[in-house]
Amino acid sequence: MTDWSKKYEMVVGLEVHVQLKTRSKAFCACSADFGAPPNVNTCPVCLALPGALPVLNAEAVLLAVRAAIALGFSVNLKSVFARKNYFYPDLPKGYQISQYDQPLAVQGTLHARIPGETATRAIAITRLHMEEDAGKSVHDRYPHMTAIDLNRAGVPLVEIVSEPDMRSAAEAGAYLRTLKQILEYADVSDVSMEEGSLRVDANVSARLHGESKLGTKTEVKNVNSFSAVERSLQSEFERQCEMLDRGENILQQTMIWDASSGTVRPARSKEESQDYRYFPEPDLPALILKPAFVKKVESDLPELPQKMRERFRSEFGIADAELDAVTADPRIAAYFEGVARAHGDGGHAARWVMGEVAAALNESATRIQDFPIRAPQLAELLDMIRDGKLSHTAAKAVFANMRSTGKTAPVIAAELSVTQVGDDSQLEQWIDEVLAELPAEAARFRGGEKKLTGVLVGAVMKKSKGRADPKKVNALLGKYSS
Amino acid sequence: MRNIIDIINESVQRAADMQYGRDGLNIIVATNRGASIAAAEEVASGYGRGDTMPLAGVPIAVKDNIATLDMPTTCASRILAGYISPYEATAITRLRKGGAVVVAKTNMDEFAMGSSTETSAYGPTRNPVDPERAPGGSSGGSAAAVAAGIVNIALGSETGGSVRQPAAFCGVVGVKPTYGRVSRFGLVAFGSSLDQIGVCAKSVREAELATYLMSGLDPLDATSADVAVPPMRDAAQSDKPASLKGVTVGLPAEYFPDSLDPEVRARCDGAVEAMRALGATIVNVSLPHTALAIPVYYIIAPAEASSNLARFDGVRYGPRAANAADLRTMYDATRSKGFGAEVQRRILLGTYVLSHGYYDAYYRKAQAVRELISRDFTSVFGSGVDLLFTPTTPTPAFKLGAVTDPYEMYMSDIFTVTANLAGIPAISLPIGRVRGLPVGGQLLAKHFDEPRMFLAAEALESALGQGAHQ
Repeated sequence: MTDWSKKYEMVVGLEVHVQLKTRSKAFCACSADFGAPPNVNTCPVCLALPGALPVLNAEAVLLAVRAAIALGFSVNLKSVFARKNYFYPDLPKGYQISQYDQPLAVQGTLHARIPGETATRAIAITRLHMEEDAGKSVHDRYPHMTAIDLNRAGVPLVEIVSEPDMRSAAEAGAYLRTLKQILEYADVSDVSMEEGSLRVDANVSARLHGESKLGTKTEVKNVNSFSAVERSLQSEFERQCEMLDRGENILQQTMIWDASSGTVRPARSKEESQDYRYFPEPDLPALILKPAFVKKVESDLPELPQKMRERFRSEFGIADAELDAVTADPRIAAYFEGVARAHGDGGHAARWVMGEVAAALNESATRIQDFPIRAPQLAELLDMIRDGKLSHTAAKAVFANMRSTGKTAPVIAAELSVTQVGDDSQLEQWIDEVLAELPAEAARFRGGEKKLTGVLVGAVMKKSKGRADPKKVNALLGKYSS
Repeated sequence: MRNIIDIINESVQRAADMQYGRDGLNIIVATNRGASIAAAEEVASGYGRGDTMPLAGVPIAVKDNIATLDMPTTCASRILAGYISPYEATAITRLRKGGAVVVAKTNMDEFAMGSSTETSAYGPTRNPVDPERAPGGSSGGSAAAVAAGIVNIALGSETGGSVRQPAAFCGVVGVKPTYGRVSRFGLVAFGSSLDQIGVCAKSVREAELATYLMSGLDPLDATSADVAVPPMRDAAQSDKPASLKGVTVGLPAEYFPDSLDPEVRARCDGAVEAMRALGATIVNVSLPHTALAIPVYYIIAPAEASSNLARFDGVRYGPRAANAADLRTMYDATRSKGFGAEVQRRILLGTYVLSHGYYDAYYRKAQAVRELISRDFTSVFGSGVDLLFTPTTPTPAFKLGAVTDPYEMYMSDIFTVTANLAGIPAISLPIGRVRGLPVGGQLLAKHFDEPRMFLAAEALESALGQGAHQ
C-alpha cells in the first residue's frame, strides 16, 4: 500500500457534540436520564405540543460555561439562541434550538497530548455553543415502520468546533482524548461514545505538502470510538489521495464509516443541500451572563489534568509515563493522590495504583469509586511493604484478601500469618537450620561459593513460609561466608 | 347573586345553540356542557369557601388557538382536527382561578392568519351587527361572541391587530396587552415575537379585569415579563367619567391620512373632543416609519410562522396522510391537505425570506426597520405624550368575500400592526357608527402602562355613553 503521507498532507477539523449531565432537559423539566422506557421522559414542551414554550435550564448554562472555561474559551456575556429548521420525525418542533452567529464561547485552545511526546500540540478551537438533542428514530423495531423515542429530545448538548488544525489521524485522536479528559475533569459530561454522550463528526481533506490552500473536504460520520475516528480518517484520507493522484476532484459530501469493513462509503446523497434557515429563537431572550457568574464558575472549576500533572510531578516526584497513567482519569487521579499523600512515596503509590489496582478494576469491571479498598487502606498496605513488614508476594495476597473481605492490611497480615520477619535471632535460627539441612551446599557456601546465596535465601524463605525478609537474610548470610 | 351553575348552564346553552353555524353566524366551534357545569360547580364551592374570585361564575369564550382542557384546540385548521390539548394555557388557568368558566371555543382565521375569519376551516363567521359583513379577524369569533351577547368576555389573540380589528368591526372593546404582560404558554404560536393573548369584552371594565387576571410572570414563558400586575381599581363610584386632566394624548398624523373615510374621521374627532372635554391635552405628533409597518410585519410574522408551524407534521398528533410511500410524501400530503391556502401562502413567504441568500435582504432588514418603528413610539412617549389616539381601522367592517386581494386584506391591519411590532399595549373601543356599522377608536400606551390606558379608555367610554353605539 502506498504511504500517501509522504506526498499529501491530511487536514482535519472536528465537530464534537457533548451531552451535558444535567438532571433535566435543556428547555423543560423532564428527566435527562439515559435508559428509561421509550417516551417516558416527555412533556408538552419536548413533544412540541401546540402552544408549548421552551424555558432555559440554568444547570445546562452552568455546565456549558464550565466546559467553555475548562477548554480555554473566551465566554461571551451575551449569546443568542437560534432555530435550525429542518424536518425529521425525531425532531418534534421541526427545528432544533441551537446557537448560530452569537455562540456562548469563542476562540479556545486545546493542548493535545500526543502519546510518546512530551510537548503538547496547540489546536485552535473555534467555538462552543449550546443546543438541544433530537430524539431517536428506531428503524429495526417494527417491520416497515419507524418508531420514535423522544426521551432524548431536548437533552442539553454543547457542540465544540475545532479549526482544521490537525495534520494526522493520530493528532485527531490525541485532540479527542485530551478533550474528553478535560471535560471529564470539569465534570460536565459522561463523555461516553458508547452511550452517545460524546459524538464526533470529522471534516477531512488532503493536499500536497507545501500547499497552503485547503482541499475539498468530506465529513465522516457514524464513528463510535476514538480509534475508529483515527481509522476512518486514515481510510478517507487514502481514498482522497488516490483520487487526487488520478487527477480526480473530491466531491464535498458526507461519508459513512462502516466499522465492520473498516471503510467509508458516501451517505445517500440529498436531493438538494440543506438550508437550515437559521434565525434568532423568539421564544428565548438572549442569554446574558453576569461577569461575576463567569468568574465564580472559573474559580469553582475543578483542577484540570495539565495542572494536576504538574502538581503531581513536583509534589510526588513521579515520572512522565506514570503521570500520564495516574492522571488519565480524574477519579483514578484522586484515588492515587489519596494513596500517595497518606503513604508518602508517590512512585510506589503510582506503581500500585496502575498495577494491582488497575488490574483488579479491569478484572472485576469495577469503577474506582466502587472499589472496596479505599485510598487510606491501600496506603496502609504500602506502608507495611516499605517498613519491611510484608514481602511483595505476601502483600499481593493481603491485597487480594482486602478486596474480598474489606478488612485492613494489618488485620489480614496477622490472620494469614504473613507478616514479614525481620528479627535477627529468628532469621539466624532459620539460617542455621537450613545450613544444617543442606550440609553440602553449606560447605561450598562457606568455602566462598557466593552464587549459592540465592539457593540458601530461597530455602530460608521456604522454611519461613515466605515470612522472612529476603534482604535481611541475604545480609545475614554474608556473615557465614568466608 | 344568581346561581352560578344556572348562569353557566344558560350560557353554554346559548353557545351550543349557535354552534356549527346553527344561528347562521358561525361564531362557536366547540362547547362541552358537562365540563363547563363541572367547572361551575367547582367555582360555586370555592366561592362558598370565600375564595377571591373577581370573575366568579362569569362565562367566557376562548379563541380556538388557546389550549383548553375538555374542548378541542384546533386553530380552525384541518391539521388539528379533533385535537384536544392535554394541558391548558396559563392564561386560562389564571382566569379559572379567578372564577371564570370556559363555555365555548370561538371561530377564527386558520392559525390566526387573516383579518376576516374567512380562512377558517369551519367556514367564515358573520358579523352579528350585519350578517352580510365580516366580523374582522383573526379573533372574529371572539369579538362576535361578545357582540352577539353569548358572553361578555372572550379571549382572542393578537399578532398584528387580531383582537382590536374585529372588536372595532363588531362594536366591542378589544385589548392587546404589552408584549410579555400575559403568558403565551398555551397560545398556539403564529409570530412568537408579536403574539399576545388579548381580550374582547362588552366594556373596558370587563376587559381590564380579565387582562389583569391573566397577567404576570409565568415560569413557563421565558418572554413573560417580571413586572408587577397593577392592582384592580375599585368599581367606579359614579356614572361621571374620570378626569383626564394632566393626560396628554397624541394624534399621530400618519394614522389620519387624507384618504381616511371622512365619516371615520368624524367619529374620531368626536372622541378627541370628548377626551379634551375631560381635561386631556391634545397634541399632534408624528410616527414617521408607520408606512413601513405592513411590509415589515409581513416579513417577520410569516418567517416566524414558517418555523412555528413546522411541528404540524402528522407525526405526533393531528391527522396524518395515509398510505404515503415515504416520509417526504407523508409530509407533503399531510401539510398540503391540512393547511388552507392563506396558511400555505404565509409558510411559503416565511420560508423564502429566511432562505440562504435572502435572510439579510428581508428578515434582518425587517428587524432593523422594526426597531425604527419602535423608536418612533419611544421618542413620542419620551416627549411628554402619555397616550396616542387613532382610528382602529381605516374602514368599518367590509362585506364577506369583498376583499379578495391578500394585500388589500393585509392593509386593514395598517393601524393596529404597529403596536405588535413595538410591543406596546393598545385598546380599541366603540366610538360611534358609520352607515350603521361600528367604528373603533384606539388608544396606545407605553410599555406596561396599561393602568393609564384603561383609565382613559373607561373615561372615554363613559363620556361617549350610548353615543358610542349610534
